[in-house]
Amino acid sequence: MKAAVWLRMVLVALTLGVAGGALAQANLEINTPAIARLQASMQQRYAQLAGHYASGAVGLTRDGNIALRDANAVPLAQRQQVNSLVAAENEDRAALYREIARANNKPEWESNIRSTFAQRWIEKARPGWYYQNTSGNWVRK
Amino acid sequence: MQLLNKGVGMDNRVTGLLAALACALALGGCVTINIYFPAAAAEKAADKIIDEVWQIKKGGDAAKGEKPAAPQ
Repeated sequence: MKAAVWLRMVLVALTLGVAGGALAQANLEINTPAIARLQASMQQRYAQLAGHYASGAVGLTRDGNIALRDANAVPLAQRQQVNSLVAAENEDRAALYREIARANNKPEWESNIRSTFAQRWIEKARPGWYYQNTSGNWVRK
Repeated sequence: MQLLNKGVGMDNRVTGLLAALACALALGGCVTINIYFPAAAAEKAADKIIDEVWQIKKGGDAAKGEKPAAPQ
C-alpha cells in the first residue's frame, strides 16, 4: 500500500516535470544584445535592398539566404554594390540563426532555425518578389 | 480468504506494472523534449524578427503603408 502511494507521488512529480519542460519551450529567447544588433543591421540594409527585391534582381533562397538572381536587372555601375549588400546580408542572417540557437542553449538547433526562417521569409515576402521553391527554381510571388 | 488475498495480490501487480509503464513513458517524454525542436515557437520568433526587419505592420496596415498618399 505504501509502495503504491509512493509510486503515485513519483508519477505526479514526473508528470509535472514533463509539463514544466514543455512550458519552458513555449517561447524562444530572442531578446539578447547580439540578436538586437543583427536585427537593426538587417533592418537598415533593407532600405537599400527593397528596390532590388522588387525588381527581381535579388531573390530569397530556399536555405534562408538571399542571392543575386538577375544581374541584368541592376545597372552595371551598381552591381558591385548589390553584391556587397547580398554578402553582408547573408553574413548577418547566418549570425542571426547561430545567435538564436546559442541564446536558447541549443547550438544544434541552428539548422532547424535556418529552415524555419527560410519558410517565414518567403511567406512574408511581398507580391512580385522572387523566391526559390523546394526544387530550387525561382518563382515570382 | 485465500481467494480474496490472491485477488488483492493480482491488483497490486497490475498497478505496479501500470506504474512502471507510466514511469517509462514519462522518462521517455523527458528525453524527447530535450531533443525536440519547438517549431511553433521558432516560427513565432522568426515572424517577430522578420516583421521588424522588413517593417511589416500588424493587421491591414502593411498594405496601407506600401501605398503612397492618394494624388491630389
